[in-house]
Amino acid sequence: MDVIAHLKELTSAPGLSGYEAPVRETIRAAWAPLTTEIHVDRLGSLWATKAGTAKAPRPKIMLAAHMDSIGLMVTQVAGEFLRVTQVGGIDARVMPGQLVTVHGKEDLPGLVAQPAAFLLPKANREGVVPLGELVVDVGLPAERVAALVRVGDVISFAAPPRELQGDMLVARYCDNRASVAALTVCLETLQTRPHAWDVIAVATVQEEVGVKGALTSAFALNPALAIAVDVAFGSGANVKDSPDRTFALGGGPVIAFGPNMHPGLSAALKAAADRAEITHTTESLASHSGTDAFGIQIARAGIPTACLGIPLRNMHTPVEQLSAKDVARTGRLIAEFIAGLKEDFVSTLTLE
Amino acid sequence: MAQKPVSQKPAPKPKARPRPARPVAKPAAKAAARPSRRPAPVEPAAPPIVKPPKATANELDLLKELSNAASVSGDEGAVRKIILDAIRPHVDEVNVDVMGNVLAIKRGPGRGERVLVAAHMDEVGFMVSGHDADGTLRIEIVGGVDDRVLLGKHVLVGAKRVPGVIGVAPVHLLNADRRSAVTKANQLRVDLGVESADAAKKLAKAGDRGVFATEFDVVGPSLRGKALDDRLGCATLVELLRGGPYGFDLHAAFTVQEEVGLRGAKVAGYAVDPVCAFVLDCTPAHDLPHSDEERENAQYNTRLGYGPAIYVADASTLHDARLVAYLQATAAGAGIPYQIQQPGGGGTDAGSIHRNRAGVPTVSLSVPGRYLHTPVSLVRAEDWRNSVKLMKLALEGWTTKILKR
Repeated sequence: MDVIAHLKELTSAPGLSGYEAPVRETIRAAWAPLTTEIHVDRLGSLWATKAGTAKAPRPKIMLAAHMDSIGLMVTQVAGEFLRVTQVGGIDARVMPGQLVTVHGKEDLPGLVAQPAAFLLPKANREGVVPLGELVVDVGLPAERVAALVRVGDVISFAAPPRELQGDMLVARYCDNRASVAALTVCLETLQTRPHAWDVIAVATVQEEVGVKGALTSAFALNPALAIAVDVAFGSGANVKDSPDRTFALGGGPVIAFGPNMHPGLSAALKAAADRAEITHTTESLASHSGTDAFGIQIARAGIPTACLGIPLRNMHTPVEQLSAKDVARTGRLIAEFIAGLKEDFVSTLTLE
Repeated sequence: MAQKPVSQKPAPKPKARPRPARPVAKPAAKAAARPSRRPAPVEPAAPPIVKPPKATANELDLLKELSNAASVSGDEGAVRKIILDAIRPHVDEVNVDVMGNVLAIKRGPGRGERVLVAAHMDEVGFMVSGHDADGTLRIEIVGGVDDRVLLGKHVLVGAKRVPGVIGVAPVHLLNADRRSAVTKANQLRVDLGVESADAAKKLAKAGDRGVFATEFDVVGPSLRGKALDDRLGCATLVELLRGGPYGFDLHAAFTVQEEVGLRGAKVAGYAVDPVCAFVLDCTPAHDLPHSDEERENAQYNTRLGYGPAIYVADASTLHDARLVAYLQATAAGAGIPYQIQQPGGGGTDAGSIHRNRAGVPTVSLSVPGRYLHTPVSLVRAEDWRNSVKLMKLALEGWTTKILKR
């Protein structure tokens, strides 16, 4: 599978938290041929089920990758300009000069602008200008903007993807379309690997605003096991002072250990990686994983959950950077783990 | 009882008869009443404003090629090549001087007076200053760029346009202080996607220039791209060379290093030694709303949609009043909207040219542009087309009489 081409496809569709429909269709088209059943749940999360070979009732494993992304939302139409707020965690430092698309009555190409200092409040003139003081310019006169854009319209990043050296890709929304791509790799790999368990790949909604899709999908699905796939902090020039929390691009998936992850499940994942000789690293996450795992773990009566991270530089900016190899490795690792999952695995799972 | 001296009560004033209202003298009438020292300005009878012809596909393609090309101050080769190819069939003589200025002559049938029209080829950007062990590039900024627009941007490095990214530490890993701190240019690194200095050196040498990777685009009535300052001026000058011939020798100077001190123009102005000069540039339009909705933005410098901006005075030049008046009259006579750049700030190649040798009467005409010196600038196509139309008419109608005092 051409991972970079698939990533470019997945990152080309917008899908802000709460407005995931466009990317959901892209994912549905990719996963439908690899699975037997597609379902969209109440909040919009997409479930794709690949049945296992064991006798019914078979245990289920949920693979969660959030499909929503951060973006902006119009708070005011000020003549020909738009004032905005964030949907999810926006890094205001990188916003001036970014290309965006305003999803009004039509999709309008725009850019985020930092007004000249004399137009800003005195307190904001020198430092990082907060998002509330930036404007979006769609290059149209005020009457056209008034006809096409309303308060509440969403705005996505529009920077085009670019390949760097090797297999490095820079694209918007790698958080978390990279993980969705990893699940595609996993489902593809499973086409030729028999597995006892039912596999439900879930593209969850609204992770960026409180893991809401994970919470509700896990409740509805009630899986016996869950693996949340998200992005981990990539190491590099700008994060030299966080050596323990950042991981090399090209170093493979990061398997997390800590209170948010079931230690037995995490250990089993690592064992699968070692057996299959898949390059990987491990991470000690002292608290909140910052991923769907946080919600899934405490759904219903509790679900054994693990968390895999794909190393990513420049997280939460339109220029997120990753290694395509890491995406492929993550998908393969999950497939290997699932292929080796015995029907009675949960009964063997211990907390020690 | 002591009697107060009976003071003559003043006789009650007769009630003022309502007098007919005195006509309020209009200020103009008042002025007319006194002999004034200066003649009243002559208002040309203004023909209606007409829309300029749209750019042809050819003209837009040239602008797109110019905007996308990488030519940072001191390294203008890419734009120079495009311009040389574009103008050679239309000029009598063309030279590249020792700094890289393109000096072209289009002779006219007249008496050979030299009129200089200049536009600068260079843009702001960065230069690779060194290689970090982790494979990233250290950079220095060339020209005036606000540090805050550099973060999280796609860039292209060197003549081979190697793609890179100016990365950033994610906010999740930073404390509140660092999140609100401005990252200075010397802390930035360009990531090419390699992991060692050796690998990076194969892709980009120290001294290579870099630009934002923005691609030119037409968006409704607007044009969007990088380096519209001053590829718009260059495109306009190319069109002027494709027109004519004019009643004088048109000396076109596509200058270098404007962004780092108007330096190419000084040398070009010396070489040409013209009787007067027109400088084509792009000037900031700070016409965004004030943060405080109650306050009016009165310092916009220029505004989009109000036509090309004629300079009267910027930070480096008092533009020649005769040429200013000539441009205004030409515009008014042809129904071309124009605005006056708000005096005081900014600078163009006119700053160098007008002080050259014994002095050169100079005026600048600029297309108003938003977000200049950032990854994406924005102009109205009509303002550009009106600047082309105005310059064409100005050159077609130019005679030495305009400079008569």
